Amino acid sequence: MSDVDSTHAVAHHAPPQGFIRKHIFSLDHKVIGLQYYGLGLVAVFIAIFLSWLMRIHLVWPNSRIPGLHLLSSAGAPGDVMTPEYYLSILTMHGTLMVFFVLTNAPFAAFGNYFLPIQIGAEDMAFPRFNMMSFWTTFVAFCVLISAFFIPDGPPISGWTAYAPLSAVGGAAGPGLAYGQTLWAISIGIFCIASLLGALNFIATTLDLRAKGMTMMRMPLCTWAWFITSCIALLAFAVLLPACVLLCLDRLAGTSFFISSGLVINDQVLPHSGGSTLLWQHMFWFFGHPEVYIAILPAAGIVSHILINSLRRPLLSHKVVIGSMLAIAFLSYVVWGHHMFISGMNPFSSLAFSFPTLIITIPATILTLIWVGSIYGSRLRITSASLFALGFISLFVSGGVSGFFLAQPSIDIYLHATYFVVGHFHLVMGVAAVFGIFAGTYFWFPKMTGHMMNETLGKIHFWGTFIGAYCIFMPFHYLGMIGNVRRYSTFVDDYLQPYLGVHKFITFAALTTGAFQLIFLVNLIYSRFKGPKAPVNPWECTSLEWTVPSPPPWDNFGGVHPVVYHDPYQYGIESSTGDYVMQTDPANIVVERDEK
Amino acid sequence: MGKLFAVVVVLIAIASAIPIVLHWYPMAPDISAHGHLIDEQMADTMVEAGFAFLAAQFILGFFVFRFADRKDPGKIRTFPGGAKVMVAAAVILVGTEVLALGILGQRAWAGQYFSPPSADAMTIQTQAGQFAFYFRYPGPDGKLGPQHPDKVNEGTQNYFGLDPQNDVESRDDVVTAELGIPVNKEIRLLMHSKDLGHSFYVRELRVQQDFVPGLDLMVHFTATKPGRYEIVCTQLCGLGHYNMKAYLNVMSQEDFNAWMKQKISEQ
Repeated sequence: MSDVDSTHAVAHHAPPQGFIRKHIFSLDHKVIGLQYYGLGLVAVFIAIFLSWLMRIHLVWPNSRIPGLHLLSSAGAPGDVMTPEYYLSILTMHGTLMVFFVLTNAPFAAFGNYFLPIQIGAEDMAFPRFNMMSFWTTFVAFCVLISAFFIPDGPPISGWTAYAPLSAVGGAAGPGLAYGQTLWAISIGIFCIASLLGALNFIATTLDLRAKGMTMMRMPLCTWAWFITSCIALLAFAVLLPACVLLCLDRLAGTSFFISSGLVINDQVLPHSGGSTLLWQHMFWFFGHPEVYIAILPAAGIVSHILINSLRRPLLSHKVVIGSMLAIAFLSYVVWGHHMFISGMNPFSSLAFSFPTLIITIPATILTLIWVGSIYGSRLRITSASLFALGFISLFVSGGVSGFFLAQPSIDIYLHATYFVVGHFHLVMGVAAVFGIFAGTYFWFPKMTGHMMNETLGKIHFWGTFIGAYCIFMPFHYLGMIGNVRRYSTFVDDYLQPYLGVHKFITFAALTTGAFQLIFLVNLIYSRFKGPKAPVNPWECTSLEWTVPSPPPWDNFGGVHPVVYHDPYQYGIESSTGDYVMQTDPANIVVERDEK
Repeated sequence: MGKLFAVVVVLIAIASAIPIVLHWYPMAPDISAHGHLIDEQMADTMVEAGFAFLAAQFILGFFVFRFADRKDPGKIRTFPGGAKVMVAAAVILVGTEVLALGILGQRAWAGQYFSPPSADAMTIQTQAGQFAFYFRYPGPDGKLGPQHPDKVNEGTQNYFGLDPQNDVESRDDVVTAELGIPVNKEIRLLMHSKDLGHSFYVRELRVQQDFVPGLDLMVHFTATKPGRYEIVCTQLCGLGHYNMKAYLNVMSQEDFNAWMKQKISEQ
């Protein structure tokens, strides 16, 4: 293909010298990928810990959690959590998970590490931007976490930070004075970092592909990262000004999101002319694509791993790419389904409902292609493929509840109930996390040069898979009876008979969280004591498996890889086995179902 | 281990479906004139989504059971028809299902939002503020007096910021902490937020609507069964959000008249 740039292999930067340039302020996309992964790991364990605190408080609201006063003396006097501190923790859990885990790990971490290698590039297009993206994200993380250590604590307005609660300042409650400002600044900084990252991914994919690496020869995870960066570029570009306007409302006395005549503590607020719904529109214009920023990379990673485990290509490479593109496009026209009962024009609810329902079509195509490709395959079961199969199951389970919520009439009953919590946790949270786990078990040998322990990996899978269903399926049932979310305790009479279900969920959450420690132990143990990883332990065809484990700083050791084949040449007879590497010049003819 | 995965997936699917099939977690009983449309829509969706859920999990389980860790790794085979069948199935089956649900579902939504309340509907205003609901009835003159935000004073219980000295319409307004309504009478509920975003949710009434600061909205409904039902706030509004509630008291017309008489005497 003529669109492949054959002059790309110029050295973008010299080999790094010294500890700081090698491991901290590194320009190497692989180090930056690992840094993103490490940050995601820290964030996920903090967020899991916060979810434990929430679950314990929900079922034993007056219980003492030893040492909690050390986290916040005002939020947990005598180690007993206050209702408002519950909301602080809820906000931080959601913000950490959505931004610093689900955006960072499957997209920024794995994408940074493997996108350049998979397309045969030596590094990202803009290594300095890349370093800046990570360290800007790190600053955003520090700013967010610092909210724990200021007197009024983290904000209590949830990860969606609905105005005017988030905009009017400390009068409306604890955490809304400085905590909310830190939140808005942190997310604003995060947006800048994500925009830089997205630009870099797009430029790299378009410009730095090796000779012979046409767009259609890119592996599906590379496609997913590319599509996701296009989504991120447009989505974060809207959240950033939203955060700026929110900061102005809070700090400069403007009234973008605050209307006139609002009364708090018998005082009329000195604002006028703003719109509450403006924040919701801007936030969800970002917020819905964000769901796909989390799930599409996971879908790409799972496709890549599934194909390798099935020892055959998916039923159609093109249809998978087309479905991901369709999902990406539709993700921009459905944000209003978060706002059916928000007070926006009820006709627009219908306009948002239809594309939301239609998005199930490409999602179903993806699922059917994955499942249909298992037929007649030689499926190898590993920790990675178990998590990939688990992803499919969870993607379906979380997806079908979308049928309910996509319909405004049903949303009247289910909106703001635990049904919604169950829905988005399964499809965007747990499914995406399963993509991260699958990617970790699959690529750990390449990233560290050591194999992970498969037995621990499988124990981790079973605990997490069954645990996730035990936690999140009952959420749907609680939503059916009308259990409202974001309540720190359930004082409503009708909920009393269902406290047993909440206790079950709490036990399941504590157990499932504990299973993640097995993963952590496996990561640390295998990093140092795991058996040496060969170049290509999974007999995979893509470019990252042609270079040593871990790859040298310039990936291909100065050699310019040339690509001869489509990415997934499995299920054939060759001298090396049942697969042919993308870089193998062997002249093979592979039968494809569709051309 | 592939076989174990298959069995677990199928068991999880069955276990997830049992509470639904056996109605262990029923929706709150419907007490509204329009709610049956929502409930029918919910039931239809449950059948279709439930079928899709079980079918997908079972097929996933079956294929993994059959093709994982094959002792005799035969030739790779392709699902008959390949990707074309999958795309066709998704577009035709899901597309039809989605269109049907989407079109049918509009009836319930339209009944609630596109048709105005009848002319003889009873007007009541509700105001949400951190962390309570208050209700205002127009009184004999049938008119709600204007609100003045600067007059709001919790201490003197002037929650709505009324100025009866200057506004004639405000003088006979009746303010309550409970939403008392007559059964089988259409209610036109005007919604005003005093401070922040809140929401009005009565599960039994199949009504949920946000309060939008600066934008007064209206919902209308008819309650068909007398009783006392919880009104809860479902829009995160601050530290007391979990405890922000009021009661809907649906009464016979006579009981309502007596209740209103008592409320007037308490003003």
